[in-house]
Amino acid sequence: MAERKIRVLLAKLGLDSHTVGVTVIAQSLRDAGMEVIYTGLRQTPDMVVQAALQEDVDVIGISSLSGAQMQHIPKVLDKLREEEIDDKLVVVGGVIPDEDADSLLASGVDRVFTMGAKTSEIAEFIREWWDEQQSSHASVSSEGA
Amino acid sequence: MPRDPVALAERAREGHTASGARLIRMLEEGDEGALLGLRALLPHAGRAHVLGITGPPGAGKSTLVDRIVGELRRREKRVGVIAVDPSSPFSGGAILGDRVRMNTHATDPGVFIRSMATRGQLGGLSKTAFEATTVLDAMGFDLVLIETVGVGQDEVDVVELAHTTAVVSIPGMGDDIQAIKAGILEIGDVFIVNKADLPHADRVAKQLTAMLHLREPAEDGWDPPIVKTEAERAKGIPELVDTIERHRTHLETTGGLARKTRRRSERVFHDLLRERAAARVLAAQSDGGASILAALREGEIDPYSAVDALISEG
Repeated sequence: MAERKIRVLLAKLGLDSHTVGVTVIAQSLRDAGMEVIYTGLRQTPDMVVQAALQEDVDVIGISSLSGAQMQHIPKVLDKLREEEIDDKLVVVGGVIPDEDADSLLASGVDRVFTMGAKTSEIAEFIREWWDEQQSSHASVSSEGA
Repeated sequence: MPRDPVALAERAREGHTASGARLIRMLEEGDEGALLGLRALLPHAGRAHVLGITGPPGAGKSTLVDRIVGELRRREKRVGVIAVDPSSPFSGGAILGDRVRMNTHATDPGVFIRSMATRGQLGGLSKTAFEATTVLDAMGFDLVLIETVGVGQDEVDVVELAHTTAVVSIPGMGDDIQAIKAGILEIGDVFIVNKADLPHADRVAKQLTAMLHLREPAEDGWDPPIVKTEAERAKGIPELVDTIERHRTHLETTGGLARKTRRRSERVFHDLLRERAAARVLAAQSDGGASILAALREGEIDPYSAVDALISEG
């Protein structure tokens, strides 16, 4: 029996063209045993949500270094709700001022990693969330049986 | 999203993207229940043309796929894409980056792109690629395009799965002897020389022609054409798609489709039998085979004797 793998979508929205950070994160998540789907630059919220649908990912990671996070990320969250796939973990990383981080968290982002966050911290956060999900699913199905 | 495979299959058939994606996910995870969903879809599959694109890393396969999808969309065909990238042999993780070159189709409802990791499977494909193809076929995609992981010389599994196999070459990849070795060059129904603006593209095409003349003529009379493309600049793409469609027609008129479908069934049968039989033999052990594996690791028994012991007991 094959094992369940954590699938993560990594995206960069809008005109933000810095790729070093997102590449480093992609590698560290790969090294943590996850399957990382990287969609490249200049994504729209619609593109991100369609990719999440087609790839059936568990986690959506958005990297933002351009300051346009408040413009795009809430739209991603809205579209996830529209498509009824808002059960995914949404994490944001990059140059994010505190007040932006607060309002992103308020609008449904699960965690914001700002500059200086360790890559291992991100992998750990995802892994812990995943383990929690798995055990809550397991208890639901054992109740059902 | 529920995980009831039959309900997912039904919704997938109605065109619900997330349900199809979830079913593929469950098949990939080896969920045995998911096979119920797959079997529910089988009667509705068999209409799609399955096209395999294979070739060495860096040959421009993803860009070619993007352009082929574009041309097929112009011809009002709905297209499913399965793009395979390698898993890390160390962590089991993977970076699946083929979508990067297919962004123009990211929000087109007539296109479904699914990235897959090889998950330890050799041969240039993921083990679930066949099953995913069936799901996309039953979802009503007219053509399912499988892009293999960048392959070397012997990763030819795609030929078992595709109706039409296109092999991509580029200039500058080796001398004449490369072209007559067994393996990847034997499996092509269509040969593509991509990056045809590079020097020596004509020489590569000539070498391919020479190699194809050395090949035994195909029983069904198909003479594999060579198409030159510049995927980056979208040159040669309509001609390529014409050629692919011509091969499909050829298969239909010569009974090739039925032959390929039979071969595919046999392959699935053997794979499934091997997997299930092995699982059953191990399950028959009181400890699920743990003690024999431990003995193997300790060097107390060699692998040949270990298998003998298990099989004779079973």
